Amino acid sequence: MANLWETFLNFREVIWTETLTTLYMTFTTVGLAYLLGLPLGVLIVCLNKGGLFPNKPIHAVLGFVVNTVRSIPFLILMVALMTFTRFVVGTGIGSTAALVPLIIAAAPFIARMVEAAINEVDVGVIDAAKSMGATNLQIICKVMLPESIPSLIRGFSITAIMIMNFSAMTGAIAAGGLGDMAIRYGHMRSDTDVIIVIVVVIVIIVTLIQLLFNFLAAKIDKRIIQRRI
Amino acid sequence: MPVIELSGVTKIYSTGEKALDNVSLTIEQGDVFGIVGKSGAGKSTMLKLFGMLEQPTAGDLTILGESACGIKNSRANAIKKNIGTVFQGYNLLMQRSVAKNIAFPLELAGVDKKTIKGYFQHKRLIKKRCEELAQLVGLGDKTEAYPASLSGGQKQRVAIARALSTSPKILLCDEPTSALDSFTAKEILKLIKEINVKLGTTIVIITHDIHVVRAVCNKALVLEGGQIVEMGNVPQILENPKNPATRMLLDL
Repeated sequence: MANLWETFLNFREVIWTETLTTLYMTFTTVGLAYLLGLPLGVLIVCLNKGGLFPNKPIHAVLGFVVNTVRSIPFLILMVALMTFTRFVVGTGIGSTAALVPLIIAAAPFIARMVEAAINEVDVGVIDAAKSMGATNLQIICKVMLPESIPSLIRGFSITAIMIMNFSAMTGAIAAGGLGDMAIRYGHMRSDTDVIIVIVVVIVIIVTLIQLLFNFLAAKIDKRIIQRRI
Repeated sequence: MPVIELSGVTKIYSTGEKALDNVSLTIEQGDVFGIVGKSGAGKSTMLKLFGMLEQPTAGDLTILGESACGIKNSRANAIKKNIGTVFQGYNLLMQRSVAKNIAFPLELAGVDKKTIKGYFQHKRLIKKRCEELAQLVGLGDKTEAYPASLSGGQKQRVAIARALSTSPKILLCDEPTSALDSFTAKEILKLIKEINVKLGTTIVIITHDIHVVRAVCNKALVLEGGQIVEMGNVPQILENPKNPATRMLLDL
């Protein structure tokens, strides 16, 4: 135990920098990926049978694309996208370059999260809005999204934690971050203590993210009277 | 003045199911009109036609003097502002407070955003209107509560206030009391009757329960297999039911 604490103190500056890198990659990715994934999820719901504007062929194509991208292991996706990444950000390595594959991996995942959240909304409420003469845009912006906000927030925390896991793999393109540090300082130098310290740090970050978003979701959720936090 | 007119309306769904078969009827201004029948008799289809959520396959449907067949979506949405609907399952927005639920149809109708002053005036008007309506349905002290904390009867009161917020000429009620206990059901029916008398709103009630008709309606029809088997003034139907379907509903 004393050894671990010593290891932590020895590496504390590196750990702090790498934690910031991990958080930067995670939250920039999630933020930008939502710009893609949220409309995509809404679109999938609306194009589905019984949706606001059903269209079987387009729905099938979108579903296929989402499933395909989600099936590709992240490490392979990252390598496969290197040329594209270089074209977009000008470089193929580093933490900013890692954002491109991370966003592309996260967006379809988010789309499915959003789809699941919106599908939880009572169909009767959407019918009620239709009977009041609401336009499709009004139904999306004033019924579907606001009514599913608690689920959307819970989905956000799940996505953020998943992206944090993926960002550990971006060490392969020299993106840095805690995962990369665990491999370089711990695994490659056979220093188990460093690995344990980093895992503990990651566990703490994940727990904090989960607690924060659970609290937010419970605060915003008006569907249940007894709030469980 | 007729508010809703159906002439020779037939509705066949894409599944091939014939829900309504050559139905004609007239609902007059100020009526409390009951539509009774078993499940599958075509009641819900009729309500969807009145609410302009479905189009007739054949025949003509006139709402407030305007043909509702084959019109543009924007025109249909404009007519829908004159029709309020109350549902069996309340269908309230769970993430909105009582006041915000009542304000919902007004928000859909649009806020004047051209001038900042107009925007705030509109906001104030909405707020005032919501308070009035909450008072009318007896929930003046619950405007900040969320639907999850309300009882079934209170939820239905919110739904009624919401349906009335755009001052509709027609109030459609789809099994408004089926999910409620008999005592609460009576109170809700009393409220519906009160709205009819106070505001002059024409009311259409869909129900499987003929006691609802007895309690509030002045006219009614009985649906069976997509056809009207009996129609007229309520006392006459109740005292002298001609059709076996009506007799069954009356437990005779």
